[in-house]
Amino acid sequence: MSEVLVVVEATGEFGVKKVTLEMLTLARELGTPSAVVLGGAGAADALAGKLGEYGAQKVYAAEGDQIDGYLVAPKATVVADLVKRVQPAAVLLASSQEGKEIAGRLAVKLDNGILTDVVALEADGTATQVVFAGSAIVKSKVTRGLPLVTVRPNSVTPTPAAATPAVEQLTVTIGDTDKLARVVERVAEQKGSRPELTEAGVVVAGGRGVGNADNFALVEELADLLGGAVGASRAAVDSGYYPHQFQIGQTGKTVSPQLYIALGISGAIQHRAGMQTSKTIVAVNKDGEAPIFELADYGVVGDLFKVVPQAAEEIRKRK
Amino acid sequence: MNIVVLVKQVPDSGADRNLRSDDNTVDRGSANNVINEMDEYAIEEALKIKEAHGGEVTILTMGPERATESIRKALSMGPDRAVHVLDDALHGSCAVATSKVLAAALGQLNADLVLCGSESTDGRVQVMPHMLAERLGIAALTGARKLTVDGSALTVERQTEEGYEVVTASTPAVVSVWDTINEPRYPSFKGIMAAKKKPVQTLALADLGVAADEVGFAGATSVVVEHSKRPPRSAGVKITDEGSGGVQLVEFLATEKFV
Repeated sequence: MSEVLVVVEATGEFGVKKVTLEMLTLARELGTPSAVVLGGAGAADALAGKLGEYGAQKVYAAEGDQIDGYLVAPKATVVADLVKRVQPAAVLLASSQEGKEIAGRLAVKLDNGILTDVVALEADGTATQVVFAGSAIVKSKVTRGLPLVTVRPNSVTPTPAAATPAVEQLTVTIGDTDKLARVVERVAEQKGSRPELTEAGVVVAGGRGVGNADNFALVEELADLLGGAVGASRAAVDSGYYPHQFQIGQTGKTVSPQLYIALGISGAIQHRAGMQTSKTIVAVNKDGEAPIFELADYGVVGDLFKVVPQAAEEIRKRK
Repeated sequence: MNIVVLVKQVPDSGADRNLRSDDNTVDRGSANNVINEMDEYAIEEALKIKEAHGGEVTILTMGPERATESIRKALSMGPDRAVHVLDDALHGSCAVATSKVLAAALGQLNADLVLCGSESTDGRVQVMPHMLAERLGIAALTGARKLTVDGSALTVERQTEEGYEVVTASTPAVVSVWDTINEPRYPSFKGIMAAKKKPVQTLALADLGVAADEVGFAGATSVVVEHSKRPPRSAGVKITDEGSGGVQLVEFLATEKFV
């Protein structure tokens, strides 16, 4: 079977992101998965074990400052060279900003079609995408080149399939045009132990109804009790209640967790765009006519400042 | 500084949007078509840079005839002129072909700085800045929440999953912006009147040296095979809190095995 290249997404501390395991699981349906690690020095050795657990037969690695010190251009060059050499059956990347950007450059370099935000991929290359705020399902195919696909997190259930991958260090030859956008500083912001928003199995989000930044402690408390991530509606972010990187909706992140809890969020169409494909949706809002209730599997019409503390207390009791 | 802002006309994301049943493309005929919201932030940023450093701001749009409405709207915010790439053969173009056309147009405009929104609200593909940078051999700084211009030196602060990054490049470059970067101005009455007289140059594919079979359906690198409406979610149970709403909620979560 042909190789399927999976471009690995990992955290700065060399933790494999869940979407990578989803891609490896998906790749096994299409061929033999090979993981491509692009990152700081030592990344491949740190990640190979986990990648093997989910079926990576091989790990290609390109590491160091010449990869990591610039925005995506060097990474795209490395992957393009690898594609030309190994002629894979498909290339999978995460539908993150970086994954999409690498894919975009690859598409131009290889004169190859590209499909983003894919939630399912069949062996014949037919990809499923959910578009327009989750209101339409599209089936598409790359018609020039190989399937070059970015996979939306939480689309596939990762299943292990143990393998012992051989690590191959790639010879990196990048040109001057790959070094034009230089990263001069990376600032890590405190985010505690919560899972990443797009990958979390549970997301608890607050909206304008939360009222102020301090009250978001209530949203965080419920999220922590459920092991979830915290999100916010645009109204809450624009009002300064919570930072922009946690914004869910048309102009923010798209999430698709097992459980989505909307607190004080009315559910405007732009917000629904970012959470409509969640498996189970729960809403608490004092306005019984709020559109969020139209899609909630369980809705509580009431004051979130009474309902949420009571729910938190009840969860603690049951633990 | 010669600044070009990419503006895309999209169906209003606040209303129902559809794909056409005949060719699977975005149904623009039945939609309320507006400027892609994120592009308004790019226009605002361009105007601020012009105000501080001088220069000219040009709007570049690829789209059908009706995109002229969005071009005039963009000009009413303050840019100097616009270029509209208009050609029937463009209908059905994929991202790869679109980047070829826009790169050809940018090649004629000699921009020091190309600004655009981080994504369009219709496709949400996010690849255009890097595709253009790849074709033009210039830098792409994407997802800016802050942009500083100092002569030919550009510094961008961009949000990442783990915090933020500071990235630098020299002009010419493509910079895409998020809606956190500024607050776009509303067009003034004077601006709206002035926009009617501003020059809008129309370019066809032949003017750009791009062949018709490289774009549109003929040159597409991917195809939509079929589309369907996703069944709308149906509302489930809705209770009114009468003192035990929190407990009832947890009861539901327990049945669904989340607690």
